[in-house]
Amino acid sequence: MAFSQQSILSQSTVSKVREPETTNRNNGRRNAAIQAILLYGLLSALAALFMAPFAWLILSSLKPSSEVFSGNLLPTEPTLDNYRNVFTYAPVLRWLGNTLLVTVLSVILVVCSSVVVAYGFARLRFRGRGVLFAVLLASYMLPGAVTMIPTFLIWNELGLVGTFFPLFLGNIFGSSFYIFMLRQFFISLPQDLIDAGRLDGAGYFRILVGILLPLLRPAIVAIAVFEFQAKWDDFLIPLIYLNQRSDFTLSLGLASFKADFDMDWGLLMAASVLMTIPMIILFFAAQKLFIQGLSASTGIKG
Amino acid sequence: MATMPVRRPGSPSKKSRNTAAREESRAGWIAVSPWIIGFLVLTLLPMGWSFYLAFTSYDVLSPPEWVGGRNFTNVFTNDPIFWKSVRNTFIYALMYVPIHLCTSFGIALLLHQATKGQSAFRTLMYLPAMTPAVATSYVWLSILNPNDGWVNRALRSLNLPAPLWTVDPAWTKPTIVLTSIWVLGGAMVIFLAALQGVPKDLYEAAKLDGANAWQRMWAVTIPILSPVILFNLTVSTIASLGVFTQGFIIFDSRGGPENSALFIMMYLYRRGFENFQMGYASAVAWVLFVIIVSVTILQFVLSRRYVHYDQA
Repeated sequence: MAFSQQSILSQSTVSKVREPETTNRNNGRRNAAIQAILLYGLLSALAALFMAPFAWLILSSLKPSSEVFSGNLLPTEPTLDNYRNVFTYAPVLRWLGNTLLVTVLSVILVVCSSVVVAYGFARLRFRGRGVLFAVLLASYMLPGAVTMIPTFLIWNELGLVGTFFPLFLGNIFGSSFYIFMLRQFFISLPQDLIDAGRLDGAGYFRILVGILLPLLRPAIVAIAVFEFQAKWDDFLIPLIYLNQRSDFTLSLGLASFKADFDMDWGLLMAASVLMTIPMIILFFAAQKLFIQGLSASTGIKG
Repeated sequence: MATMPVRRPGSPSKKSRNTAAREESRAGWIAVSPWIIGFLVLTLLPMGWSFYLAFTSYDVLSPPEWVGGRNFTNVFTNDPIFWKSVRNTFIYALMYVPIHLCTSFGIALLLHQATKGQSAFRTLMYLPAMTPAVATSYVWLSILNPNDGWVNRALRSLNLPAPLWTVDPAWTKPTIVLTSIWVLGGAMVIFLAALQGVPKDLYEAAKLDGANAWQRMWAVTIPILSPVILFNLTVSTIASLGVFTQGFIIFDSRGGPENSALFIMMYLYRRGFENFQMGYASAVAWVLFVIIVSVTILQFVLSRRYVHYDQA
């Protein structure tokens, strides 16, 4: 519709204004070129601004600590000593193992439960669904400050403070944020898929696993990346629940460097780089599906 | 049973429709039951218990001791540090949320225009969001070092005033804001994805009506994107009220010079996990609950007027 309208319109303008066409087109081309230069100039400047702290992080990690604040941007004698020291000064591999354990379990649990719950909210009609979903949205708004202390007391009653359970077990109930995102995605899928499955005699959970799940891949990747990042990053929860140095996650261990090694900046920077690398690898591996999943889950379509 | 009506041919559906509906309803309840249980166990139960604890004195080791409304009286009349942390958090949120939304939206608009190299630029600007918060805090703590940090070196070489970022109480909150703005990638990719979903013919129509780029943004882009803007507004508001890691790493649990970077979560951490005043901390959490829920409701009532939902 829009297309045909437009072509009719452009035809009529072409026949009306023949002569100034060429100059107009030249002007337009010059304007477009100026716009492109401005746009890419601005984007490059912004990208440089965003990458600068990153570059500083990497360069500092290659300097001896005494040189970090010296005013030389580039290391005079690049060294990997900081990286070596990270592994000898602290049980970093142990922390990596702890973090991976918590992170992977969290992702698996939260993806499985959130998908099932979102399916219920998006695709199965039952009484009270609207009210329950409103409660779910409200519970997402509930500030962490309100539940932090009582939740700790419950884990304490269960005798599980000091173990990894409080860091991931709650994910078995799903997460309201991911349920919300997945629900948007479910709604965008055609109802025919479910109806066809029903006619073939499949139960609702057969339909979910057999028909809908493959289509959900982008959304699942998006929330898996989010959750992986959230757990990899998380500092407050491990800080509250873990006591032994050998039980630390990477975040907690990295934070303990500040006090334990008296602001040894080269060491801090090297450890920070090491902790960031897996996230960057994850992002590059998942990038395409991650972006797809995001665009379908944030509610602009469907 | 005996009076069961004879089933007329052609209408077998009513009963089977009923069983189908019942089956669907049962599947629905089973599907959402994990969340319901989680809500009861991890939200309602803790809240109920903390409501009781708010009227007690409780140090985790010995059983809670009933003290009546004393905790609440103390919160309101005898705890300036708590109110300072509330004030700090709201000032921080009022600085962070608008800057964060405008910057991430602006960058997404630029990226959306850039047809060539879009994914490269997007990746570069998303990378900081992949950096763990503890690492981010270290990076900015060193860059903003008042004497030897690169930001102040640059400002001084341009003969501009160089603020004492981490030392001057007036500048500690902007320090945390800068640290948080750097990681705007999440909001940016969400805006960008949304921009790519705006129907092209709307822009064509606006162009034909003679709207310039600025008018097209206000008349087309922003109304269509308003649900996504509200989404990012909500997410960033919640994040800003929960700010903890940056303040804790850049300063410590005391929140920097004159408590100027003491945020709500840091205050609760101190009360609960450094002083073990769980009863008092519960009372504080309930006061916060009332404050934050009122602010959230206000935000929604105000935003409802401006948010446009597509009927389709």
